[in-house]
Amino acid sequence: MMQACYAVFLREILILKRRLKRQIAGMAVSPLLYMIAFGYAMGDAVRFDGHTYLEFLVPGLVAMASMTQSFGIATDINVARFYWFIFEEFQAAPVSNAAYVTGEVLAGMTRGLLAVGVILAIGLGFGVVLDYGPLFWLAILLNSFVFASLAVGLAMLVKSHADQSLLTNFVITPMAFLGGTFFPVQRLPEWAGTLVRLLPLTHASAAIRATAFGKSPPAPAYGVLLATGAVFFWLALHAVNQARD
Amino acid sequence: MISIRGLKKTYGRTEALAGIDLEVEAGELFAYLGPNGAGKTTTIRILTGLTRLSAGTAGLNGHDIEKQALAAKRQCGLVPQHINLDSELTVAENLDIHGRIFGMPKALRRERIGQLLGYVELSDRRDSLVKQLSGGLKRRLMIARALLHSPRILFLDEPTVGLDPGIRRRIWALVKRIQADGTTIFLTTHYIEEAEFLADRVAFIDRGRIVAVDSPAALMERMGAWAIDQVGDQGMETFYFTSRQEARDRAAGQQTEFTLRRVNLEDAFLALTGKRVK
Repeated sequence: MMQACYAVFLREILILKRRLKRQIAGMAVSPLLYMIAFGYAMGDAVRFDGHTYLEFLVPGLVAMASMTQSFGIATDINVARFYWFIFEEFQAAPVSNAAYVTGEVLAGMTRGLLAVGVILAIGLGFGVVLDYGPLFWLAILLNSFVFASLAVGLAMLVKSHADQSLLTNFVITPMAFLGGTFFPVQRLPEWAGTLVRLLPLTHASAAIRATAFGKSPPAPAYGVLLATGAVFFWLALHAVNQARD
Repeated sequence: MISIRGLKKTYGRTEALAGIDLEVEAGELFAYLGPNGAGKTTTIRILTGLTRLSAGTAGLNGHDIEKQALAAKRQCGLVPQHINLDSELTVAENLDIHGRIFGMPKALRRERIGQLLGYVELSDRRDSLVKQLSGGLKRRLMIARALLHSPRILFLDEPTVGLDPGIRRRIWALVKRIQADGTTIFLTTHYIEEAEFLADRVAFIDRGRIVAVDSPAALMERMGAWAIDQVGDQGMETFYFTSRQEARDRAAGQQTEFTLRRVNLEDAFLALTGKRVK
């Protein structure tokens, strides 16, 4: 089980390594534009809790990027499944669902962590240095776990690459903008605040931002992320069988 | 080595396999011959765990493909019809990942990768990216990959489709060599000459049903030994004869153009199904 799991992970990492420059460039574009457009240009005009908007934005972008890049493993799985048929190599091998899903989720989380590194480096270039302690990284890991697990499950269930794009457009993109990335959720009307608190990213943003500002994170955030990740992981384990004809 | 009983596969109302029964013996090179859409690939996909069966049972070296799926998968290597290599990885990396997913220890992986690359004459391309290889080289790499974990059974799904005749013959020689080394081979093809040249036994499959199973020689003998193709009022007509002399005698009195040739597997297939393989 461990060796097969590592093989699945290693394959993704070798491909990531081959595309590393392109991948990092791709990961840097959006955060860079957000920081220039929303953060740098606003300067000190907008402040939250004593922090500049740029300082407010960086933890939000960290939460968003760890989500989108971890979820991005779904695209790689689908390309391997629908265009290159490499998924069949795993299906025809004595690889358990647990080994396959764990390997792909770990690969997705690695992508998420790489994207976070890119954002922190760009933030540093803009002069943003925050508190990056263990609870900050734990929130990122859990957030990546949630969305990598969701990605693997959905990648097994979709019937075409176009379906995958639709899911990204309807699930991930709205969450990226509504999950406390660009604004404090507390400023929303109560009904809207209640709705966005149903999104796992809202909890990830809250925990990542609080720890980055050196404050105690909201207690339920880690529990919500862990429970959501566990449910998505369990769904992914069962979804692998659906990928057979 | 391969045991199939009442195997069925349906997609909605379409019956891809209508109840297949087959026994393939250890060490045999068994060809599955039929036109596109006959059910050849579906059979291989079910046996290798890529597709769920709708009814029936199948076992690989005594392991039920549904109830003992992981053990059954350890028995076989698969070379699918389409290229399914990681094009961004090197030749050696593709093999190494395969060895890992089959649980091979590092030393054994190294040894087998070296051996297999020599076997398929790819030793000098070990560190090449797969995307730099030609179609024929990719096909040989896929065969090496399928053999890496020393499977008892090798499934080859249309192994030479799309390859030019010279490369096709090199693949045939390789397949013969793999069989000589003791591996049972189950091969699908719609190339008549491929089945005739390679197979110990051939199954004709048409519309999800097996219509005949026998050695190529026995299947062809049903038709005679020689054939004359002649263009008549009804289009192309073929006549069969037990001897060349008998065929020549018949041809001697003909006014129209004709071709005298040996009987082939397609004649047997045509007689049994009313259609040609291609």
